[in-house]
Amino acid sequence: MKTKNIICIECPQGCLLSVDHENCKVLNIRGAKCPKGTAYAITEMEDPVRILTSAVLSEAGALKMAPVRTNKPIPKKDLFRAMDEIKKIRLKVPVRPGDVIDADFLGLGVKLISTRGTTS
Amino acid sequence: MRERDLVIVGGGPAGMAAAISAHENGVKDILLLERDQYLGGILNQCVHTGFGIEYFKEVLTGPEYAERFVKKVRDIPSIEISLRSFVVRLSRDRVLTYLKPGILETIKAKAVIMATGCREKTREMVHIPGTRPAGIFSAGLAQKLINVEGLLPGKEVVVVGSGDIGLIMARRFTLEGAKVKAVIEIQAETRGLIRNVVQCVEDFDIPLYFNHKISRIYGSDRVEKVHVVRVDKDHNEISGSGFDITCDTVLLSVGLIPENELIEMAGAELDRKTNSPVSDGLNKTSIPGIFACGNSFKVYDIADSVTRDSELAGKLAAEYIRGL
Ligand SMILES: Cc1cc2nc3c(=O)[nH]c(=O)nc-3n(C[C@H](O)[C@H](O)[C@H](O)COP(=O)(O)OP(=O)(O)OC[C@H]3O[C@@H](n4cnc5c(N)ncnc54)[C@H](O)[C@@H]3O)c2cc1C
Repeated sequence: MKTKNIICIECPQGCLLSVDHENCKVLNIRGAKCPKGTAYAITEMEDPVRILTSAVLSEAGALKMAPVRTNKPIPKKDLFRAMDEIKKIRLKVPVRPGDVIDADFLGLGVKLISTRGTTS
Repeated sequence: MRERDLVIVGGGPAGMAAAISAHENGVKDILLLERDQYLGGILNQCVHTGFGIEYFKEVLTGPEYAERFVKKVRDIPSIEISLRSFVVRLSRDRVLTYLKPGILETIKAKAVIMATGCREKTREMVHIPGTRPAGIFSAGLAQKLINVEGLLPGKEVVVVGSGDIGLIMARRFTLEGAKVKAVIEIQAETRGLIRNVVQCVEDFDIPLYFNHKISRIYGSDRVEKVHVVRVDKDHNEISGSGFDITCDTVLLSVGLIPENELIEMAGAELDRKTNSPVSDGLNKTSIPGIFACGNSFKVYDIADSVTRDSELAGKLAAEYIRGL
């Protein structure tokens, strides 16, 4: 068994978690002040994920850039592949906050959604 | 000259929270002045998540957090929103002058709330010697260029200071395909949130140097390299510790200063060191009837706390008006 110290990134508190693990399996977690920390430690050890935020070019509406996010976290290893995809997007119609820009982003089963309206 | 009950200057999270709370506390006539074309303030360029966890118990981006308040403010008939309205003068007796495209307006308010936010410290304020080439940006300006203007201002970046905006921008540049070569922090630990060190710097294997500073910037037209040295606990250079990093861009994330020129003009006392109003309580200035909230009152790390505290400013202004 090994122990790894990681910092939870779920909220600004940044709890220090001590994770006992063996063969990529989490055995025990100490230091989490809430259930989010426990869940975070498990995914972080097994398959780390992050919400991706960025902005895409908008060719309609008042703003040049429409900020976007994935509605759920995606695997960390896919972040750069996701950025390549985001750079190709050109919005042809104005969007409202929450509008779905890609319903199955990268085939990962997550949505790419707009986070700001592009009309004034 | 027109008279208004309450005038709020600045339409960021502070100004919006103050406006909503003033309405909830009974103020019937509120004018919200914002120099930009949009409400939301700095949140509009903060496209990353990390907002709303305390206030809404949800993970939101800056624009999503702002939108919740914009909607609310727009739905309250007693709040008049005036965009592209730049306040240029404020007097002790609460007379305000503002510029709107094509007009100069003067109004008198029974109470004023200043919610003008803060600005970023510059290279001059942290004394970095060297030449003055292109390619030196404050982190917040770079954030605006990338997220709002769609421009990438550099390819090989060194970030000075490990405040949250610098850390967030290290990740943003990296995701956009630039190479962030180092984050240089003079202190022994980060000034930002530890989670940002993890998700913005460690996630991308960006070297973070504590107890180091940039001792010189080189380059004639564009930044070419920086010289970095190790410092002791008094921040003095340790001789022989220096090394160069080639780069075309230097991002400064070395602190924020409350924006308070207008209340200073009105005669309010400011703390010379922090540029915050001298005050005997949250959101108060030394002038009765003039309040300040959000980052213009003091620099906050988290927008949720700005919202929470700024609600008090609306309440204080309402009580002041009622007592007149
Ligand atoms: C570059 C930058 C990045 C930041 N990133 C984050 C982050 O990622 N997460 C986080 O939690 N916090 C962040 N902060 C802190 C952030 O400023 C606060 O969380 C919050 O946005 C402050 O709200 P505010 O309303 O006080 O100021 P602001 O959001 O700055 O709003 C001030 C408003 O006043 C207006 N204004 C100013 N002067 C005048 C005038 N004379 N007349 C009319 N209008 C005027 C401005 O246009 C602006 O809209 C950041 C701060 C900066 C400077």
